[in-house]
Amino acid sequence: MSTALPERRAVVAALLAARGDLLVVSGLGGTTWDVAAAGDDPANAYLWGAMGLAVPTGLGLALAQPARRVLVVTGDGEMLMGLGSLATVARARPANLAIVVIDNERYGETGGQRTHTAAATDLAAVARGAGLAASETLRDLAAVTALRARIHGSDGPLFAVVKVAPGNGPMVLPPRDGALLQHRFRAALGVDQGD
Amino acid sequence: MNAPVADDWREALHESLKASGIDLVAYVPDAGHQRLIELAEADPAVAAVALTSEEEGIGLAAGAWLGGRRAVVLMQSSGVGNCVNAIASLSRACSLPLLLLVTMRGEWGEGNPWQVPMGQAVAPVLEALGVVVLRADAAADVLPVVEAAARMSFAGGPPVAVLIGQRVIGAKVFAR
Repeated sequence: MSTALPERRAVVAALLAARGDLLVVSGLGGTTWDVAAAGDDPANAYLWGAMGLAVPTGLGLALAQPARRVLVVTGDGEMLMGLGSLATVARARPANLAIVVIDNERYGETGGQRTHTAAATDLAAVARGAGLAASETLRDLAAVTALRARIHGSDGPLFAVVKVAPGNGPMVLPPRDGALLQHRFRAALGVDQGD
Repeated sequence: MNAPVADDWREALHESLKASGIDLVAYVPDAGHQRLIELAEADPAVAAVALTSEEEGIGLAAGAWLGGRRAVVLMQSSGVGNCVNAIASLSRACSLPLLLLVTMRGEWGEGNPWQVPMGQAVAPVLEALGVVVLRADAAADVLPVVEAAARMSFAGGPPVAVLIGQRVIGAKVFAR
C-alpha cells in the first residue's frame, strides 16, 4: 500500500523554505503559480511561456552567477519538451544548478491530459542516462526537505523528480510583464547598471 | 596582409565578441562556425556551451542576461527553424537582448536541395518574429556587422541576427 503523494504547493514551499540568496527559475504553467504562491521574490525568474526552456534558462543563469545557487522548478510536461537540455547541462556541469521536476503526470494547464510520465517515462532515469548522476525520484515531504538541504549545500548539478498528487492549488499569479520581471531580477542582482 | 581573409575574420571575430563583453558562446556545431567554436572552447576566458538543439541557446542567452552575462548563439540556418517559439515567447516577450550568428545554407550554390527551403525562409521568419536581420556577404563585412549587431541588441534593443552568407563560408575553399 502506498502512502498518499504530497501536494505540489507543500512541496514547492518546502523547497523554497529559508531560501536565502537562492535564484529560482520556474517553468511555464503550474510551477510558476506554485513558486509565486510560496512568496513573490525579485530573484524569481517566472516563465509565462517558452515551454521547454526552463532548464536552459537556469543553465545560463547558473553560468552567469557561479557564486549563487540556482534552482529550476518545473513540471513534467515542461521538462518533457526539453529533454535534450539535460544532456546540455550534464556536459556543462554547473556545480551550482539544481533541477526539480514537480511531476503530477498531467498537463495541468490544458485539461489534465496524461503526460508520458504517467504512461512510460522515468524522468530521473532519463536524467541519469543524459549524464546527471545525482538524480532521484522522491515521494514524500521529508525527502523534499532533505533535498532542499542538498540544493543549498551540495555540489551539483542535481536533478530530482518529486511525484505529487494531481490537482492544482488556487491560482496565484506573479507579475506577467516579462520586461518588468527581467529588470526586477537584474536589479535585485545588481547587474542592471551600465548595460 | 597576405593572410587568407577567410581564416582571419574568425580570429578577429572571437576577439571582437570578447571586446563587446560577450564571454558565453552557445552553439550547435556547423562547419561554417568550426573555427570560432574551436577558439571559444580553447579560451579560458570564454564559456563555450554545446547545445543539443538551437532552441536551448535562446533560453541560455536569456538566463545569462538575467545573471548579468552576455551570450552569443551560433547556429546554421536550419537551426533558426528550431528557435521560433523560443524567440517569440522568451526573448521578445521579456524584451531581452539576443545575438544570433547564423551561417547560411541553401542560398548560394547549395548542393543539398534539402537545405534550400529553410535557408530561404530564415530572413522572413526572423523578421516575422521581430528580429532585426543584418547580413554579411563578404568576409570583410562580418566583423563590423557583428559589432553593430551586438551594440544594437545589448543596448536594450531587439534581438539581432547576423546572417553570414553561404558565399562567405565558401570563401574558405577558395583561400586554400
